[in-house]
Amino acid sequence: MSASATTAFLESLLAGHSAAPAGPLAWLNALRGEALERANALTLPTTRDEDWRFTDLSALYRLAFRPAGAAAIPTVVAIESFAVPEVAARLVFIDGRFAPGLSSTRAKAGIEVRDLASALAADDGFLRGRLAQLADHRDDAFRAINTAGLAEGAVVHARQNVAADGPIQLLFLSTQPEVATHPRVLIVAEDGSDVTVLEEYAGLADGAYCVNGVTEVAVGAAARVRHVRVQREAAAAFHVATSAVRLERDGSYASVSVALGARISRHNLNVVQAGEGATIALDGLALIHERQLADTHSFVDHARPHGTSRQLHKCVVGGQAHAVFNGRILVRAGAQLTNSAQQSRNLLLSRRAHVDTKPQLEIFADDVKCAHGAAIGQLEADELFYLRTRGLSETAARNLLTYGFAAEIVDRIPIASVAASLRKAVLEQTQAELGPAA
Amino acid sequence: MIRENARTLLEVRNLTAKVAGVEILKGISLTVRAGEVHAIMGPNGSGKSTFAKALAGHPAYEVTGGTASFDGKDLFAMPAEERARAGLFLGFQYPVEVPGVANSQFLRLAYNTVQGARGRDELDPLEFDDFVRERMKLLEMDPAFLDRSVNEGFSGGEKKRNEILQMALLEPRLAFLDETDSGLDIDALRIVAGGVNKLLTADNAVVLVTHYQRLLNYIVPDYVHVMDGGRIVKTGDKALALELESRGYDWLDKQAA
Repeated sequence: MSASATTAFLESLLAGHSAAPAGPLAWLNALRGEALERANALTLPTTRDEDWRFTDLSALYRLAFRPAGAAAIPTVVAIESFAVPEVAARLVFIDGRFAPGLSSTRAKAGIEVRDLASALAADDGFLRGRLAQLADHRDDAFRAINTAGLAEGAVVHARQNVAADGPIQLLFLSTQPEVATHPRVLIVAEDGSDVTVLEEYAGLADGAYCVNGVTEVAVGAAARVRHVRVQREAAAAFHVATSAVRLERDGSYASVSVALGARISRHNLNVVQAGEGATIALDGLALIHERQLADTHSFVDHARPHGTSRQLHKCVVGGQAHAVFNGRILVRAGAQLTNSAQQSRNLLLSRRAHVDTKPQLEIFADDVKCAHGAAIGQLEADELFYLRTRGLSETAARNLLTYGFAAEIVDRIPIASVAASLRKAVLEQTQAELGPAA
Repeated sequence: MIRENARTLLEVRNLTAKVAGVEILKGISLTVRAGEVHAIMGPNGSGKSTFAKALAGHPAYEVTGGTASFDGKDLFAMPAEERARAGLFLGFQYPVEVPGVANSQFLRLAYNTVQGARGRDELDPLEFDDFVRERMKLLEMDPAFLDRSVNEGFSGGEKKRNEILQMALLEPRLAFLDETDSGLDIDALRIVAGGVNKLLTADNAVVLVTHYQRLLNYIVPDYVHVMDGGRIVKTGDKALALELESRGYDWLDKQAA
């Protein structure tokens, strides 16, 4: 990778940002300016960086992207397949821009759902000191680029002791090739609140586009946040994203992340247990085929005592696809009585499919319970035999077991219609990979 | 019930089989006719489970000699799924858990696959739901088990009931029940055995593989076979099971020697 190629790529990503006029908010201008400086100073990651060893972005760096032009806004009917009947509010973004006509922001009192541009324009003091506090843009070029252009995205705010009466859907649709977007999401769940957020990325365009997202989730004391993340980008897309989560005392954060799409995707999931007794549950599924690459890097930081974390990450890999999982768990010296369990389970459906999985435990407290395990394999002979003794053909048995392997994660999604739609997607993909049941 | 003119369902002659290169079955012969209940007993490692799995077609069990015909057809010429469709059922000692697949989904898939192969009508989800709930009553099973993943988190007894439920749905001609009684408390044993009894007709048959005479108080066998060292070393009636219970297996070795 020549320096000039990456420079051209970086410049194309930042082109849209520098054109943006300085706004009336001094703190925001300062933040953007600082991030822009970092974006220019940081080098883009390559496979020589330990954190990107298995994920080669050179194909991305060879492309030049432009900021989104005015997009034809799809009709409500055109995006009907993304409708989630259970939602209390929905924000739709077309090529990074908020589409008010497709959105409904009315949630109940105490649950405020706004698009970021409006929230910034309102200048009501909420965002200052909350936005860009959890995702570090100083050490990562992609986060720096996102932050340098901070303008569009979503803000979900649950006030103290308020429980949302339905999930909040944030839908990011890409409709134009060669466009780079930088969606930004901020979820603030105040003490004792309860909210479920569905963050969904999908492509309606063929051709390469790039989504570079950053999501920050602040979980207050005894608050509960359920976070469902579905990445169904178009086949040629690039998707790089960070979710940065911080939990206060007795807070609970449960996420289910599903990656089905994109040519190359990378999700950094960084969770800090900043308060005692907080509970973290991370479920992940990458279901990929052909020449896709899906990379998940998670980092659970147990900074305080009595924390619990449970993680199950699964990859189902067909064709010549490549899945990467790096699960880092840090138990700091003061974080006594931490209980942490991590499992990485991987199913290879073809001989050329590939998985790199790495648990990374760093334990500095002496009274903790930490378990981890990783398994890569094919289906078990005994499982296949069991189903065949019930009359299922070998292909049907393989299909069912593969489906079940993936569906175990999908079933943990707390929104029934989303789980049902993903079960269908999983079924279609496993059958396409393994052939129809005879 | 033994009847002179009953149709022969299974005829095994001098079966030998290997697992991982080791010969476990060393010449087994067994004839099962419609309407009969057989019990196969014997010490651990005598080859009982291997016999059942080899007949059901486990790919790890290599048949090295002998013949087996099922309802007149060459059993070993059929892959496992065809044996099942033809009416051979294996109730597993350790039923496999299938996370992510709802029990109802699995049961309906198995049922419809077997029905289709037998040229009978398949059931849509609603029809099947009625049908399976009816069958579950046989085993006093909570319908909540339909919504759970196949066998996942089921207790030992629940797994065994789920096995017999599958038998009830698939209506086999011949069922091999491999240690269906192990791990069951007395109430569960009574329910499971009662379910099996209700499924027995003059046209089908069951082979119980068991360690314990206790099961045979509930499902009364016409024949009791004792396996040892990969062979059937003795065959008797239900009295033999009682004798084994009180005397163990050692006296058979002396008798055979």
